[in-house]
Amino acid sequence: MIQPGLLAEILTSLLIVIGAIFALVGSWGLVRLPTLMERLHGPTKATTLGLGGILLGSVAYFQLAQGVWSAQELLVSIFLFITAPISANMIAKVHLHGVRLKDADGIEGPAGLPPKSPGKGDWATYEAPHRDTPVATSEE
Amino acid sequence: MIGYAVMFGFACLVLAFALNLWRLLRGPTVGDRIVALDTMVINAIALIVLTGIATNNAVSFEAALLLAMVGFIGTVAYCKFQLRGDIIE
Repeated sequence: MIQPGLLAEILTSLLIVIGAIFALVGSWGLVRLPTLMERLHGPTKATTLGLGGILLGSVAYFQLAQGVWSAQELLVSIFLFITAPISANMIAKVHLHGVRLKDADGIEGPAGLPPKSPGKGDWATYEAPHRDTPVATSEE
Repeated sequence: MIGYAVMFGFACLVLAFALNLWRLLRGPTVGDRIVALDTMVINAIALIVLTGIATNNAVSFEAALLLAMVGFIGTVAYCKFQLRGDIIE
């Protein structure tokens, strides 16, 4: 005989375990992958997803234990899902900037660099925007 | 059963923290260290949430929300400093 409480408990445990495994896999990717552009993938995708799983498990747990729906976990996960791509974009810009300066940050990965835009435009990470700055993605 | 799941989660997150710390110390570039710090903040949020479950205490979520905001702002500020040599222009 399966009680309804047992099912909720199994669901909560499963969400916590899956989230923790995803967080661990993201950190392992951070150690294992060869260069910065590849290392970005682990933390920004797997770890964020794992934290989302743990937060969902927390919602289920507090509904189970205290009988309240708490919305703060959803707030945290929405905020993280919005901000993770932005910080990943900024870190990729740092990498491109290092490539441009040819300093230690400019180690190319197996995939190489993303293609440059046609025309005079260059990556918008090096120069401060001023009047007549060519836009990197413009069509010339 | 939830107790075992929370213990397993703690073990996984501690291991993840160790891997992040290795990358933070090893480098080799500044960008790698920024990624490692960002991941450490996310793992710390997960640890706070798991602590809230383990102690049956819903108060700690404000701390998680604050840490999420501070971590994001810290990452963006560090990247802006790397890109422009200045944070607020």
